[in-house]
Amino acid sequence: MLSEATYQKFAREVAKYPEGRARSAVMACLALAQEERGWLAPETIREVAEYLGIPPIAALEVASFYNMYDVKPTGRYKLTVCTNLPCALSGGSHAAEYLKKKLGIDFGETTADQKFTLMEGECMGACGDAPVLLVNNRKMCARMTPAEIDRLLSECA
Amino acid sequence: MLEIEIDGRKTSVREGSTVMDAAQQMNVYIPHFCYHKKLSVAANCRMCLVEVEKAPKPIPACATPVTNGMRVFTHSPLALAAQKSVLEFLLINHPLDCPVCDQGGECLLQDIAVGYGEDSGRCREKKREVAPKEAGALISMREMSRCIHCSRCVRFGQEIAGVMELGMTGRGRHAEITTFLGQSVDSELSGNMIDLCPVGALTSKPFRYTARCWELARRQTISPHDSAGANLVAQVKDGKVLRMLPRENEAVNECWITDKDRFSYPALSSPERLARPMLKQGGVWREALWSEALDYVAHGLKSITAEAGGDAAAALAAPHSTTEELFLLKKIFSRLGSRNVDCRLRQQDFSLDGQRAGASWLGMTLSELRHVDSALIAGSFLRKDHPLMAQRLRHAVQKHGAQISVLSVAADDLRIPLFARETVAPSRLVFALAAVLKAVLEEKAIAPQDQEGLAAVTVSGAARKMAESLLKGENAVILLGQAAEQSADFGVMHRLSARLAEASGARLGFLGAAANSVGAELLGFGGEANTDSRQMLVTPRRAYVLFGVEPELDAYDPRLALRALRSANMVALFTSFRHEAAMEYADALLPLAPFTETSGTLINAEGRIQRFSGVAPPLGDARPGWKILSALGSLLGFADCNFEDSAAVWRAAGIVSRGDAPEFAAGLDNGLRAAPVVLRKRASEERGLERVADVPIYFTDPIARRSAPLRQTADAAPPAARMAGATLARLGLQAEDAVRVRQGDGELAGEANLRAVLDARVPEGCVLISAGHAASASLGGMFDPVFVERA
Amino acid sequence: MAILGAIHPVLTAGLSDREDGWRLAEYEARGGYAALRRILSERIPAEKIIAEIKSSGLRGRGGAGFPTGLKWSFMPRGMDGDKYIICNTDEGEPGTFKDRDLLCHNPHAVIEGMLIGAYAVGANRGYNYIHGEIFALYRRFEDALAEARAAGLLGRNILGTDFSFELFAHHGYGAYICGEETALLESIEGKKGQPRFKPPFPASFGLYGKPTTINNTETFASIPFILNMGGEAYLKLGSPNNGGTKLFSVSGHVERPGNYEVPLGTPFAALLELCGGVRGGRRLKAVIPGGSSSPVLPAEIIMDCALDYDSISKAGSMLGSGAVIVMDETVCMVKALARLSFFYHEESCGQCAPCREGTGWLFDVLARIEAGDGRMEDVETLARVAGNIGGRTICALGDAAAMPVQSFLTHFREEFLYHIAHKTCLVPREVQWAGSGFHCADAGQQRAGRQG
Repeated sequence: MLSEATYQKFAREVAKYPEGRARSAVMACLALAQEERGWLAPETIREVAEYLGIPPIAALEVASFYNMYDVKPTGRYKLTVCTNLPCALSGGSHAAEYLKKKLGIDFGETTADQKFTLMEGECMGACGDAPVLLVNNRKMCARMTPAEIDRLLSECA
Repeated sequence: MLEIEIDGRKTSVREGSTVMDAAQQMNVYIPHFCYHKKLSVAANCRMCLVEVEKAPKPIPACATPVTNGMRVFTHSPLALAAQKSVLEFLLINHPLDCPVCDQGGECLLQDIAVGYGEDSGRCREKKREVAPKEAGALISMREMSRCIHCSRCVRFGQEIAGVMELGMTGRGRHAEITTFLGQSVDSELSGNMIDLCPVGALTSKPFRYTARCWELARRQTISPHDSAGANLVAQVKDGKVLRMLPRENEAVNECWITDKDRFSYPALSSPERLARPMLKQGGVWREALWSEALDYVAHGLKSITAEAGGDAAAALAAPHSTTEELFLLKKIFSRLGSRNVDCRLRQQDFSLDGQRAGASWLGMTLSELRHVDSALIAGSFLRKDHPLMAQRLRHAVQKHGAQISVLSVAADDLRIPLFARETVAPSRLVFALAAVLKAVLEEKAIAPQDQEGLAAVTVSGAARKMAESLLKGENAVILLGQAAEQSADFGVMHRLSARLAEASGARLGFLGAAANSVGAELLGFGGEANTDSRQMLVTPRRAYVLFGVEPELDAYDPRLALRALRSANMVALFTSFRHEAAMEYADALLPLAPFTETSGTLINAEGRIQRFSGVAPPLGDARPGWKILSALGSLLGFADCNFEDSAAVWRAAGIVSRGDAPEFAAGLDNGLRAAPVVLRKRASEERGLERVADVPIYFTDPIARRSAPLRQTADAAPPAARMAGATLARLGLQAEDAVRVRQGDGELAGEANLRAVLDARVPEGCVLISAGHAASASLGGMFDPVFVERA
Repeated sequence: MAILGAIHPVLTAGLSDREDGWRLAEYEARGGYAALRRILSERIPAEKIIAEIKSSGLRGRGGAGFPTGLKWSFMPRGMDGDKYIICNTDEGEPGTFKDRDLLCHNPHAVIEGMLIGAYAVGANRGYNYIHGEIFALYRRFEDALAEARAAGLLGRNILGTDFSFELFAHHGYGAYICGEETALLESIEGKKGQPRFKPPFPASFGLYGKPTTINNTETFASIPFILNMGGEAYLKLGSPNNGGTKLFSVSGHVERPGNYEVPLGTPFAALLELCGGVRGGRRLKAVIPGGSSSPVLPAEIIMDCALDYDSISKAGSMLGSGAVIVMDETVCMVKALARLSFFYHEESCGQCAPCREGTGWLFDVLARIEAGDGRMEDVETLARVAGNIGGRTICALGDAAAMPVQSFLTHFREEFLYHIAHKTCLVPREVQWAGSGFHCADAGQQRAGRQG
């Protein structure tokens, strides 16, 4: 079961939509559930679906369509690096290569100590700040030089 | 009307038509995969791209509304180039496994590839592989790489079945059709997704790898499994039915059938089939010749009736027997001097026998259900008992906002958005119905007349809502279901409903117990001249003929039935199966050809006369029922019971067609001879709980019960003692406790050991224990008091 | 400060670097909500507002460039029931990052623009759909909404009038396709972001099937300024039929990547100068002028081009969202296109066949060429597949995936042929690495290719 605090946040999201349109809150609720749980296990998706009164498969469709949802467990820090062309021109893909080497993992993998998961991201709308990477979907780090990446990794407890 | 020209030919179409509609109206073929006339438009396969004058790009015919004067080209260079490129895209990731694909030979992709494809592919990249999925016992999702993402199956679930069980997860090239976590697909209409799938991605599990489609003979038949009478195509190879598919009939089943219609057939060739007559002599069963067996039965009937009179013999027949079979059975018994024939084994209140103006029926055609704007459904497990009717009502809600209200004895999920609902204990159902009548009378300021007890009825908010909806509806209907028919208050409910219909302007209909309940009633079953099934069991007779029934599963009160049968001198069972339970009480088993091996006529709930022929030869020594009865009649010396063919029996049965619509029977009437309604509280059952009983969808008849694939479905779960939380608490029970359930006293006492299940759908003070299953066949009446205690 | 430079700034005028610069008080100090107050106090008719917007020549800033006033006029009038107005801040077109800065520094301009839009089209409820990756700004927008609500600028009876409007933020969660307006509507409805077939258009069948107007963030943010300065004055800032100023997001090989506000019609060369020129003084190779979906233009064409809808269109590309991706001589065009194709393949919603299958096919072929496994016929295959996707899909993503392929092949065909023949890039890998400016010890030693 998700926490009472998360359910209170669910209610706030549902209230944004007209009556009978609770389904509209599925994206926000899945994001909140993931924030609490770290990832979206099938039972978590089912719980969200039941709260909103939609079929579990409809919630799974959403969870699997939008790529910031994690339907598989991740490490404590999910680092998503944008490697799209505008970023790549300013080192985005090289930053990803650097991270792969430092962490010893490829995209979509998690370090053995379950600390880091590395993801290849698509455009985050921050191309002018490349290289950019996103920590746990929330914190955007800009202009990630090798030194900045080293610092970020060392700050991750 | 709008003018449109397609490929140089002009026509006019209705406002709102699409280019695809217009093309179909003109018999112009436009290739397509995702489009289906019964489903919403998705426009995702892009196969139906056509050229429209002045449009720079090809447009999808399925999604484009016709505008006046539109000129369309389906085979222009622009259109063809688009169609060919779309097909190429659909094929690049489709496996080239046609030789081993079950869909081979009946595959839309294969057909269209022949018409629009190149000889060889130009894509050299690796094909996508999609992991197999689990979806339960009926649908195979082993080869999902074949899926072309048309989303027909998903839309079917959302729109027709009313439940989204399949979805398309992921996106782009990773998009795939799946269930949630490999859950089984449990919709009672799920098999239609196999038909809808344009490729071999969703295939029939029971049919897989049993035959190629071109080896199969296609023969028409009618479903005996419920009162809709779905039209079927039986596909037969070497005299064996290997597949059952819908035969499109817009008026009856549209293009859908239930899973029961589709997947019951494996029972027809199961080892349980009875292939030879059998007789029990000296307590030992042996196979017999037909002549011996018929002699035995004829002799038994003759001597018992000669000795004790016609009333000593009784016949209980299945309500899905053909009209011909029922007619002959009734005739033989009448010649024996017996009024004891009935096929309403699950009913307990027969107080209106002889008072009905005609045969009880749906009160409208099946297709009219789609246009209903207000419906009150009382005492029905509608979705499981009448899946195709539920589907039409679902459509009425989705498409034009019909208001469906339900008075139920368990809050089962109809997968229809309901307008109002009240769920009450079975003994309260009649009062809930009376409350709606009272609300209507109050609303219309009509003083109740000839209605004893109505004054004391309290009108709930739900009842008032239902009443308002019925009054507002221009096409309103009150539909009584099986739980109403099986109720102790059925007669009162029928009277109340007739008054309610009259006062509200709604029509009254009966959803119908079985495939030929209407036919039986037209033959006079349940009429004044006949005894009802309960009397035949309460006062045991010396001889019983059981025709296609398994009384311990099919009767209202199995204990009552078994007591009567055990005390009889002779029990002859006409059956398609070697029914083990009957080996104890029966003396003769006569192998009866099931519907696929006989010819006959069924009259469905709307009164439609549907005649069918056998699709396969009888198995072993099994024989069509009309033939066996004909022979029996001859042996008994009743010359007028002897017929050459089933058509002659039909003629003799004298069913009259409606003059204006000969496909329907005349004599359908839900009216009653005038009499007051007496609403009386029954002596309250202080003792025990009230039992609620449904007959689970795959336990309604002997064929469905024996289908191996259906037995593996969620609906085939054995009965449990299902109770609301408060009921469990009152009994000091926990969910999943083992419980002993008792019903009846003395020699009619029965008990069963079941599992207690928490089920919020069941009204408080009630326990839902399904009937029709061996695990509950040791209990008593379906709606009688029951005692539950920890085992 | 994310706005690095401007010529005649409108949207970004007076924005400060202060932490609180986005707040309501600051916005009002800059003249914010004056337009709304005037409209409500003077009860200016909706038709007049729409006429003013039409006269400004404002065209949609999200990419399609559709005239905003005209779009607003499509909304049914005098109709009962809900109507919606929606802001599209699902900024995910590679190269675009302007709306992010608007939400960061001037969220109330967006709110005021939406309020005026709602008043003009008769909408009673609105949503701002915000790109999931910029979650901090989703929260900031919610804070700005709270400020506006507390000040009586949102909700029932706004500023004591009979105008009521509710506005909420809805976040995306990683799907480029939701920038497509009907996919965005599906997404707000709690479904997968799969575009709808049109017609019907959102103005008649939008969110929850109700009439809906959808505009880009920058479009909404421009509205108050237009009404304050007058449509004619705004139009004159730009070039004919291309009114006003526009935010350009400049990324890639320039000295100072970032957002710049310049009048439409400004020569590309002037913008490039504003950005400090090509990074390291290297030679310009090509520019994608309007976000990744717009056709690439070689240096010699773009250097002669003015930045407005019509000029760029004449040059063979699109102004799109104003995302200018600058590529210098260190870029391998095969790798650049392969990365873009990977993006469209990843972001295709999977609904319709040409896009779902075609974007994968394009990427597979490009990845193979990039990996040194190309065949000469691949160039033709790419052109044919791209041609077969374009114009045959439900939404414009198919075209967006096809256009880069077609334009890269048109302008840089020899580089693809070289790559196939020599099984490697025309531009040496270490040069590419150096060009990216990501300096680490073993630069260029690491595998730069992508596995398919």
